[in-house]
Amino acid sequence: MPYFDSGESLFEKFCKTQVGRAIFRTGIPRNQRQRMMIMLNGVFLHLHPVRLPKHAVKVKYTWCMGGLSFFVFLVLTVTGILLMFYYRPTVEYAYGDIIDLKEQVPLGLMREIHRWGAHLMVVTVWLHMFRVFMTGSYKPPREFNWVIGVILLVLTMLMSFTGYLLPWDQLAIWAITVGSNMAGATPLVGASGPGASLLAIGDVNFITSSSDARFAMLGGRFVGEGALLRFYVLHCIGLPFVMMIFMIVHFWRVRKDGGISGPT
Amino acid sequence: MNTPVTSSSQSAPVQPPSRPVQKPDDANMDRRSFIKWLPLGWAAFAAVVAGYGTLVLRYLFPNVLFEPKQSFLAGTIDDYTAGEVSERFKERYGVWVVRDSEKIYALSTVCTHLGCTPNWLASEAKFKCPCHGSGFYKTGINFEGPAPRPLERFKIFLADDGEIVVDKTQKFQQEKGEWIDPDSYILA
Repeated sequence: MPYFDSGESLFEKFCKTQVGRAIFRTGIPRNQRQRMMIMLNGVFLHLHPVRLPKHAVKVKYTWCMGGLSFFVFLVLTVTGILLMFYYRPTVEYAYGDIIDLKEQVPLGLMREIHRWGAHLMVVTVWLHMFRVFMTGSYKPPREFNWVIGVILLVLTMLMSFTGYLLPWDQLAIWAITVGSNMAGATPLVGASGPGASLLAIGDVNFITSSSDARFAMLGGRFVGEGALLRFYVLHCIGLPFVMMIFMIVHFWRVRKDGGISGPT
Repeated sequence: MNTPVTSSSQSAPVQPPSRPVQKPDDANMDRRSFIKWLPLGWAAFAAVVAGYGTLVLRYLFPNVLFEPKQSFLAGTIDDYTAGEVSERFKERYGVWVVRDSEKIYALSTVCTHLGCTPNWLASEAKFKCPCHGSGFYKTGINFEGPAPRPLERFKIFLADDGEIVVDKTQKFQQEKGEWIDPDSYILA
């Protein structure tokens, strides 16, 4: 490499100072070992493997859909936090704040990016799953990671479901009314589901419209203030938190199960 | 191991063969009693997790709801004439109170297609939904448009003082044969 042969660069000199050594502990990578150490020593780089098989960087093979899903997740995290500065999850303000975000807030585009990004993430996650299925990457030793992936798919859809209510327009309210009625039809724990009357002592029925699964989900008997706040908290804190835990396991397992699967 | 002997390294040949006899007391528990107590520890842990889980679950069911009232007083039977569809409670509670020749019932104003609010067209004697054109007879039975089932009826009964009470928490669906339930109408 002629660049390094032409004397010490400014960066190399910096790497030898105390500050430089503290930040870039490995220094300039000059051999395989140092290249490896750089990957192992950095908190962000160590997500990546030290060496990649050639096919792993072929877009035609992976479509990069897993990486894109994560990228869109990051975009949604950033825009979502920005939206939280203006949006108030109450029946009185929610709808108006969304209109305000679209029409009055500078760069009202943020809300549109969040909305379209949410749609896009469902698409990329689905395509990622499709690719993994078509390349047989769910087979041992990766079957555990497939299951983690299915859980992440469900979490993605729950994020879409909870986020759908927040604009608090007619579409949102009725969509969540229909969706939450499904929870009411859950066997045993839904008031309108089969077996709801089994959980009763004498005449006292424990599963009613004020004490069933739908009630716990909505925080009330219909889609109202309680539901809006619950969905908001789940959408902004609860589900992303769970999702991140599963993503950590997912990425870790990609590495530990032998990296991206190869064509056989 | 080539590390210098520091404490009780068993591989060191210079150690005297006699080891101090361990007394199983609180400060110095031996392996056997540790394993003996292990299930109890796990059981305690599981009990705490289950107990806290139960509390969290209960926490999600509030005791007091800040929702609009789901039941309301709707006057007396004499307030309604036979054949009338009263729209008095449509705006506030989403209910039509209908009296026909023999009974009074409370119809939901939510279209069974996609949840819009139909209008009562007195001249044509039908409920007509503006969204997709679903039509319902005065009884609530659907007869045109995309609505898949009749309008729902709510619980209606006479209070002790003779006033009509409509309770929206309980609904009656014709397709489930629930309209014959005496809670779903008042004999007029």
